Amino acid sequence: MMASRATQIFVDEHATRPGRDTLTTAFVRAFFIGVSLLFLAALLFAPLATVFTMALEKGYEAYLASFSDPDTGAAIRLTLLTAAVVVPINTVFGLAAAWAIAKFEFRGKSFLITLIDLPLAVSPVISGLVYVLLFGLQGWFGLWLQEHDISIVFALPGIILATMFVTFPYVARELIPLMQQLGNDEEEAAITLGAGAWMTFFRVTLPKVRWGLVYGVILCNARAMGEFGAVSVVSGHIRGVTNTMPLHIEILYNEYNFVGAFAVASLLTLLAVLTLVVKSLVERTGYKGH
Amino acid sequence: MNAAVETRSAPRALRQPSVLPGFGLTFGFTTFFLSAIVLLPLAALVLMSLRLSWSEFWEVILDPRAVGSYRLSFGASLLAAGINLVFGFIIAWTLVRYEFPGKRIIDALIDMPFALPTAVSGIALTTVFAQNGWIGQYLEPFGIKVAYTWIGVTVALTLIGMPFMVRTVQPALAEVQKDLEDAAETLGAGRFHIFRRIILPTVLPAMLTGFALAFARAVGEYGSVIFISGNLPMKTEITPLLIVIKLEEFDYRGAAALGTVMLFISFIMLLAINLLQAWGRRRHTRTGR
Repeated sequence: MMASRATQIFVDEHATRPGRDTLTTAFVRAFFIGVSLLFLAALLFAPLATVFTMALEKGYEAYLASFSDPDTGAAIRLTLLTAAVVVPINTVFGLAAAWAIAKFEFRGKSFLITLIDLPLAVSPVISGLVYVLLFGLQGWFGLWLQEHDISIVFALPGIILATMFVTFPYVARELIPLMQQLGNDEEEAAITLGAGAWMTFFRVTLPKVRWGLVYGVILCNARAMGEFGAVSVVSGHIRGVTNTMPLHIEILYNEYNFVGAFAVASLLTLLAVLTLVVKSLVERTGYKGH
Repeated sequence: MNAAVETRSAPRALRQPSVLPGFGLTFGFTTFFLSAIVLLPLAALVLMSLRLSWSEFWEVILDPRAVGSYRLSFGASLLAAGINLVFGFIIAWTLVRYEFPGKRIIDALIDMPFALPTAVSGIALTTVFAQNGWIGQYLEPFGIKVAYTWIGVTVALTLIGMPFMVRTVQPALAEVQKDLEDAAETLGAGRFHIFRRIILPTVLPAMLTGFALAFARAVGEYGSVIFISGNLPMKTEITPLLIVIKLEEFDYRGAAALGTVMLFISFIMLLAINLLQAWGRRRHTRTGR
């Protein structure tokens, strides 16, 4: 089925391009597809397959047993908790930013968009570093926080802040172009006909942008659960307390507990696959992310 | 065009009038949250590095170990972006121009490095390219060591930058008008002539943008590199790792100074990317499509 379709396209292409040397074209085509597949196989498919072969190297029992380690359980819970806090906040921010930017014309708009994208351009290490410099012991507020017995760095608030910084733009940058493209006509009609602001938002705007929103939220979630660099700087790597899943992978790997490290990695890989599946489904509804 | 008219009609107004509600609330929340989470913390970084005197600042950022880390970070990032320039184009071309079984799955998997946590790609790449790994064992007889050398760093950065290049070039390639190619061919243009005169000019802005995006992402990358790099000072130590080491030694000012250098480079890259994208858009409108 697939092959005959490919052949058909191949034939069509040649029918409309009479001057082309068939043998060379076929060779070029094979060369491009071959190089692409080889490149992706070495760099992407082999590492993905490795995650699962290493995780299952000592059989299913060893794989499942690695999840009964209490520190692994604590890491999974911490990652879920962080995402549960960060993703809703960044979703609300993304909706607010998109409403302000897409629905109104004001000065300095493109500058504001650039600032929102800033965390994407900054190294994850810097995203963590800034909070250590603010709230760490020798940071700007370090002494004050110590006197009041508040810990932000090397504790949950720091992890949440660093994750929030890194995943800050994801929902906003999906929604802004989408809302700009869809225009304001329906909203203006709703307001003119007497609908309230919230009603207009929930009944008109939200249904219009729902697929873009889903897309932004799942990307934000994937990055929140997988963030390594920023969280590594602020977490302090306290086993069972401030270790998220990616940090726990590092610890297990450095202890040569490869089954344990790749078992946790396999969960995050499945999350990434799930993210891409949802993304493909969303794109099938006609919404195209950029 | 539209924007020019709007600016002329209200040259002094900060905001155009609109019947829609909620500007104050959403704009206020956006700027407040942006300032609290992103802008003020970044300002704290720059201010912290100002606690050093000029001479101390230069001493930190021109320290041989720091310079060694720049050389690796920028060298490997440039090389990785260059590799992606070639292979990213080939992959984008394959996905746009050819049909083959499994194409849709391959297309979806291009985004994998975006979605996959960097720690996972780090340990997986290290395992594959280690001396006894799936690929490493075939390179070993040729004396090529990938894991724990600068080559490994380049491999990790290539993987991280790949989707940026492919996803930027793909839409630009889809824009290339096939009838132009056909016309050129009918008029006797050779394959390379068509590529150089028709395809390349159309996709060049996109390729340069992709190059800049891949490079910018690679320079700051941490998670996928530290596993495969071996982290030897002066040899396989990237700048972000040096920042982490300084923080662990409680040298906050030194870390802030290096962080400020990296932040400055990020700003320059951001500016370059914006200019490249604007150039691409101008070209796009000029050709009338």
